[in-house]
Amino acid sequence: MTRETSISILIVAGLLAAAFIAQAMGETFYITLATRMAILGLAATGLNIALGLGGLVSFGHAAFFGIGGYAAGILATHAFNSEPLLFGLPGTNQMIVIWITGAIAAALVAVLIGLISLRTSGVYFIMITLAFAQMIYYFAISWPAYGGEDGLSIYVRNAFPGTNTLAPMSFFLICFALLTLGLILFALMRDSRFGAALQAGRQNETRLAAVGIGPFRVRLAAFVISAMMTALAGALFADLNRFVSPSMFSWHMSGELIVLIILGGVGRLAGPLAGAIVYVLFEFALGGITEHWQFFLGLILLAVVLFARGGVMGLLAGRARHG
Amino acid sequence: MSLTLLIEQILNGLQFGVMLFLMAAGLTLIFGVMGLINLAHGSLFMVGAFACASVAAATGSFWLGLVASLAAAAAAGALVEILVIRRLYERDHLDQVLATFALILIFSEGTRWVFGSFPLYLDIPQLLSGAVHLPGGAQYPIYRLAVIGVGIAVAVGLYLLIGKTRLGMRIRAGESDREMIGALGIDIGTLYTLVFALGAALAGLAGAMVGALQSVQVGMGEPVLILAFVVIVIGGIGSIKGALVGSILVGLTETLGRFLLPHFFGLFMSNSEAATVGAALASMLIYIVMALILAFRPQGLFAANA
Repeated sequence: MTRETSISILIVAGLLAAAFIAQAMGETFYITLATRMAILGLAATGLNIALGLGGLVSFGHAAFFGIGGYAAGILATHAFNSEPLLFGLPGTNQMIVIWITGAIAAALVAVLIGLISLRTSGVYFIMITLAFAQMIYYFAISWPAYGGEDGLSIYVRNAFPGTNTLAPMSFFLICFALLTLGLILFALMRDSRFGAALQAGRQNETRLAAVGIGPFRVRLAAFVISAMMTALAGALFADLNRFVSPSMFSWHMSGELIVLIILGGVGRLAGPLAGAIVYVLFEFALGGITEHWQFFLGLILLAVVLFARGGVMGLLAGRARHG
Repeated sequence: MSLTLLIEQILNGLQFGVMLFLMAAGLTLIFGVMGLINLAHGSLFMVGAFACASVAAATGSFWLGLVASLAAAAAAGALVEILVIRRLYERDHLDQVLATFALILIFSEGTRWVFGSFPLYLDIPQLLSGAVHLPGGAQYPIYRLAVIGVGIAVAVGLYLLIGKTRLGMRIRAGESDREMIGALGIDIGTLYTLVFALGAALAGLAGAMVGALQSVQVGMGEPVLILAFVVIVIGGIGSIKGALVGSILVGLTETLGRFLLPHFFGLFMSNSEAATVGAALASMLIYIVMALILAFRPQGLFAANA
């Protein structure tokens, strides 16, 4: 086992251990913090497929995060009010159905966004993904059916067979299990033929084309998978807060997801999770000291970009093998 | 819907477009010359607005405020360039995005710290208050016309600066080959700081002028920044001409879309439904236009150094 793998496993196990310790101490608030870390870690792991492996700097992943969130919110509202949704289909409060719906919805939108934005690269790609996310953001604000600017409350957390999701520990375990699956999928993908093509496209597009692989389709597939994972995290995030609002679509959210990856280490397996852990801890610790915590967060981020390249994983496990 | 209302909306669209141009010109110049994507440009817009509002409140003069906004934004821009941005030119776009995102957090929260969460207000100067008569009998505020005038003046000024002066020649040379102009003995560091400060001053000017039309508050630069991004993507990154065409296009599309779409849907829907659908579609319209343009010209309308 490489140093990188063992440190990744240690980080994941550490999060699980922290939740159990908090449970034993009866501190449910800390379980919620750990849940937040797991969910943000999963969302950023999704983005890490596109950004870390494919080099596609998507500044619009909040769109998918929000789609997942609204899938949870809309389905749950229809189930709660017993109103049929589309074509007489009912809403649902079953998490599994919500996850699948959210992921499929995100995949459809990602195909559309990807078809247009992947024709470009570099700064154009950054700005176009940003613009598409903003488009959805403004749509969510101006469409009144599901709360518009005020957002949508989920009155009872959605259900998962065999557990009481309202218990913080059960909900944490659900999120943790999905995070672990997400990380395994990321690792499998990274080491697969598909992952090799994706990373080769980031490193040298011309050579990839020379061996007979068009980068466009590989990237589109990666972009869609990446969006689906982030949407899944969005659905969990909505259930964590029992509330969705257009702010899930905002460009701050997209920025935050990128921040998590860079804090943790771009393209590294446990990078996004490490970033999420550090970020939530910062937010919690600084937020306790001053209401202007974002000011100091900005300074810390700046210091990380300028002086500590490679993030947490770079610090713990050394530089990545390939640049 | 009458003709005068339509003229009024077209003027509003022009005024909005001109304001976007002031933002987009700086962004596209900075990208063209230094290859830097600067998310913190919206913060400089905000700095200009706050400087103008607080100096105008202290001295009672809008004009002093306007000078202060130019000076404050240019100074903030130069300072940021020297302390932070300078280290980012050789980095990839991802690092630039993150560092300038961090700058936004610092600027926004710092401003909230100093000025509090309540918005400031800025009055339209005496000289430009009042309205002119449009053909057809409607009235249009002089101030908005003045904003359009300033925008046109800046566009002409930039054209002369970049096309006819020595500094402009260096900027153009910097766009095409930065190593070469360094080898020819031009101090690139100073040139970059100057260009950045110039872009910042334009953003500050836009902020100050908009400050008199809406409230001055933290975060006011962000929606404008994103629209300015749309503008330079449509116009072609690095091209001032593209920024001008893109700004007017976006300004008119945005304003007329909000005005005309509800009327359009009103032709075959009930009024309240038409208002809802129209507003929702209008908020997405410029992004749809952008997507269409990019589908046919992925490098924008006037790609400068593609």
